[in-house]
Amino acid sequence: MTIGLDHYLIVAALLFTIGGIGTFLNRKNVIVILMSIELMLLAVNINFVAFSQYLGDMLGQVFALFVLTIAAAESAIGLAILVVYFRNRGDISVEDLNMMKG
Amino acid sequence: MINIAAILFYLFSGVLLSSAMMVVTARNTVHGVLFLILAFFNAAGLFILANAEFLALLLVVVYVGAVAVLFLFVVMMLNVEMGNIQKTAREYSVAGGLIGGTLAVELILMLYSWNTSPEAFEMISSPISKDGVTNTQALGNLIYTHYALIFQASGIILLIAMVGAIVLTLRHREGIRRQKIGDQLARDPKDSVSLVDISPGSGI
Repeated sequence: MTIGLDHYLIVAALLFTIGGIGTFLNRKNVIVILMSIELMLLAVNINFVAFSQYLGDMLGQVFALFVLTIAAAESAIGLAILVVYFRNRGDISVEDLNMMKG
Repeated sequence: MINIAAILFYLFSGVLLSSAMMVVTARNTVHGVLFLILAFFNAAGLFILANAEFLALLLVVVYVGAVAVLFLFVVMMLNVEMGNIQKTAREYSVAGGLIGGTLAVELILMLYSWNTSPEAFEMISSPISKDGVTNTQALGNLIYTHYALIFQASGIILLIAMVGAIVLTLRHREGIRRQKIGDQLARDPKDSVSLVDISPGSGI
């Protein structure tokens, strides 16, 4: 048996779902939500690479590279905001993120 | 006869999915970050199986070397206790399970109904060459020529992220003595050094 595109797509779909559930399930810690977002971006990258291999097109890997860049920038900014928030409140529980009354 | 690539694929994807589950459900956030690192290593293995060696190593270097260490650093610096995650998890597990289950069912259903259009293989813009060009070289040939502008833009995004992170977390605390090099260099010897004539035995 050979590993085709479908196998990669199933793994990526399950990984994306785990990341999505993680953002909902966790109400205590914003860091875990950021890690769940990283998992979802990783699933997207797996899809890009799998389709790149399937179509024989290099463009998917180029795009995965840019997704990787944006994910790194996003986590850096997110963690910086988290540190500032923790300095002001002393807690990063999601349920208490109501200062903006949003 | 099952081949070695299939075994490796199932190994990598199994460990990837189970460590992703551990990231989401871990009681201790430090353990969560360590499982995230394990997940990234296994995703790098999947990338290598898909002939994307450069992206695999980039994943290890950038994610494990930079992003995950950043996560670990922040987790250890903030030192938040997880408390009773079981209680909050139970509160939100219905909504989370519903939305996640819907998402999973949609994605899996989509897998059974898609097909590749015949023109798709003629529309590829940058085919993977078979004549010994390495993956890294092929990627470099693309991002430094056709996609140079996007490449520069992603560099600017990284620069903005770096400046933003520094601006957000930099603070000037009151009551802390810092070295002021300008003040030091601007000191005049005439103001700061004086000759005092002391009579013997009197002291200052």
